[in-house]
Amino acid sequence: MAEETAPLLETRALARHFHIGGLFSTARLHAVDDLDLVIRPREILAVVGESGSGKSTIARLLAKVYEPTSGDILFRCRSLRDVRTRADLLAYRGQVPMVFQDPFSSLNPVHPIGYALLRGLALHQPSLSANEREAAAVRALESVGLSPARQVMARYPHEMSGGQRQRVGFAQALSYQPSLVLADEPVSMLDVSIRIGVLNLMARLCAEDGISFLYITHDIASARYVSHRIVVMYAGRVAESGPTEDVLHRPVHPYTRLLLSAVPDPRAPITLTAADTGEPPRVVNPGEGCRFRRRCPLAVAKCATMTPMLSQAAPGHQAACHVTAPSGPTPK
Amino acid sequence: MIADPILDVADITVEYSTAGEPARAVDHVSFQVARGEFLGIVGESGCGKSTLLFAIAQLLSPPAELVSGSVTFKGRDMVGLVGETLRAMRWRDYSVVMQSAMNALNPVKTVAAQYEDAMRAHGMSDRRRIRARSQEVLALVGIDAIHLKSYPHQLSGGMRQRVMIAMALLLSPELIVMDEPTSALDVVAQRSLMVQVKELQRRLGFAVIFVTHDMSLVGHFSDRLAVMYAGRIVEIGPTRPLFANPQHPYTRGLLDSFPSVYGPKVPLTGIPGAPPDLSDLPSGCRFRPRCPKVMPRCAEIEPALYVSGEAHVRCLLYELADG
Ligand SMILES: Nc1ncnc2c1ncn2[C@@H]1O[C@H](COP(=O)(O)OP(=O)(O)OP(=O)(O)O)[C@@H](O)[C@H]1O
Ligand SMILES: Nc1ncnc2c1ncn2[C@@H]1O[C@H](COP(=O)(O)OP(=O)(O)O)[C@@H](O)[C@H]1O
Ligand code: SF4
Ligand code: SF4
Ligand SMILES: [Mg+2]
Ligand SMILES: [Mg+2]
Repeated sequence: MAEETAPLLETRALARHFHIGGLFSTARLHAVDDLDLVIRPREILAVVGESGSGKSTIARLLAKVYEPTSGDILFRCRSLRDVRTRADLLAYRGQVPMVFQDPFSSLNPVHPIGYALLRGLALHQPSLSANEREAAAVRALESVGLSPARQVMARYPHEMSGGQRQRVGFAQALSYQPSLVLADEPVSMLDVSIRIGVLNLMARLCAEDGISFLYITHDIASARYVSHRIVVMYAGRVAESGPTEDVLHRPVHPYTRLLLSAVPDPRAPITLTAADTGEPPRVVNPGEGCRFRRRCPLAVAKCATMTPMLSQAAPGHQAACHVTAPSGPTPK
Repeated sequence: MIADPILDVADITVEYSTAGEPARAVDHVSFQVARGEFLGIVGESGCGKSTLLFAIAQLLSPPAELVSGSVTFKGRDMVGLVGETLRAMRWRDYSVVMQSAMNALNPVKTVAAQYEDAMRAHGMSDRRRIRARSQEVLALVGIDAIHLKSYPHQLSGGMRQRVMIAMALLLSPELIVMDEPTSALDVVAQRSLMVQVKELQRRLGFAVIFVTHDMSLVGHFSDRLAVMYAGRIVEIGPTRPLFANPQHPYTRGLLDSFPSVYGPKVPLTGIPGAPPDLSDLPSGCRFRPRCPKVMPRCAEIEPALYVSGEAHVRCLLYELADG
């Protein structure tokens, strides 16, 4: 990855909190805090973490489904705060579309596949003529391996397998000629035998068409398979980030090591390590301190009183841990 | 042949009646489970795993129908058992943890109340004993007794699954049947649940039938694995050799669908195509349309289960090996 290329999308100290409890409650759930994310052109960035770690919240923030509580999102160096009109929003969502987890409920069962595609195009690219929309839909279906496209467009969702439906989801996103696709667990509901096909599709679209992907998953093995860089989230904060191979082969943060030890790998020796029955905390009105400390085998006194900041462990590789990445914070 | 198996499933066939041809979801499936054994059953969605478990537990209901076969549990034929006899055996002799364990819990009752119902149904009425046993099984799965007072929605997905497994342990059955108990969980929660099930099984000695579509997960825990495809077992054998040397082209395809986190990064292909329609099967071998090793004979002969090494394999490539 070319380090010097300007980011396609960047977040600065991005946070999203939710009001929970009753009307008079002051409880705030911190779904995402202090997030500095960079997605470059032609790059697949994986975001991994346990459920509740804030992954989908990030995707929804980037899709402008949620507004940030604080911080900023820059797309092509322009703040999303400036995306205000409906036309601007639709144009942005065409540039940065989302693909959903559930291929079974994301398509309306009463309409054929073509209907959803053409309607989306009419919405996001109103300048296209009917013929151009049709051509764009056909191109998109063919690029995800669904052909003959015109026949596929006449089919109903129930006539397609899960893997095919997920390809339709990608085709819809691609028909807008996006620069970044937000893919939230796009394969987790699919059978293992067809997951690889969808992952290969993402890799090909990135390599051949230069489309960037934010790939959200709890499956580290698949993140390694497709991503260039990886961000490990824990309880709303980045625990570790960097080039994928570097992070997975030389994990620095104790949480990354825990995640890696949980990955089932049929080729790895069969081992039975003790169960970690901990779960990520729901972060309500947090104070200072490392959010991983209750599960951390390395925790020291400081971990309860000071939030660890990200610091450089290797070039481009950062971790937030007082013990394993103790140097001062990386200069901005 | 296993001497004195706890469960003997022989020649089970289950059909779903449809408007047209019936869909044969389970087609002449036979296997045995030894006492204290951990058997994994893997296969793609729709291959008949849940239907098979329903047939074993005598929980089939229309449009599903048992067309052939017998299920012998501890020497007793279960087929046709209904009502009281079956209810008395469930939970006490064997327990079932269903795929939708999330929904299997009653949302308006506390965990304690649901455990109490199950124990009262089996003649336990001493409140103190009921309470003590409830605390005991929750402790077994690592959940604090405070959660006896919780309602299902107050628990995380992983905790709900553990509450279900604890419930299956209430009356110390000898066999626990689990249908995809971890599919809704993320990797860390999956792993921790599996390790717990395995530890409990070692400690308490019950047998497990564990159904999943995730071969990489169950492979670390099972003694034997059965691989299902389109309603039939296509390979069955001890887990380790099956992983080291998968014989059926479908088993190999499944294993080659998992990217590795540790080994070299290699391009994978998965298994192209989709499983066949069960009411419109291809002639000969059912895996033929997707098989990378297909031969002309495969369209004509439906392979039987041939012995090959320690495994049984339903593929014509092993026909001759089975002398
Ligand atoms: N009520 C029903 N009516 C008709 N066909 C059914 C019914 N229930 C299941 N089937 C069919 O039986 C076959 C096996 O279903 P089953 O649910 O047992 O598969 P499975 O391996 O458990 O799949 P999954 O992993 O999706 O749960 C499928 O082809 C399914 O479509
Ligand atoms: N609309 C919402 N209202 C309240 N809490 C929310 C909302 N959306 C997400 N959360 C909470 O934010 C945290 C992160 O959620 P999410 O991003 O969905 O996690 P993931 O996708 O990693 O499972 C969780 O604790 C979740 O319950
Ligand atoms: S900061 Fe402390 S508690 Fe957090 S991961 Fe590092 S050692 Fe563990
Ligand atoms: S019998 Fe033929 S088609 Fe079937 S798995 Fe074996 S080689 Fe493939
Ligand atoms: Mg999510
Ligand atoms: Mg099932």
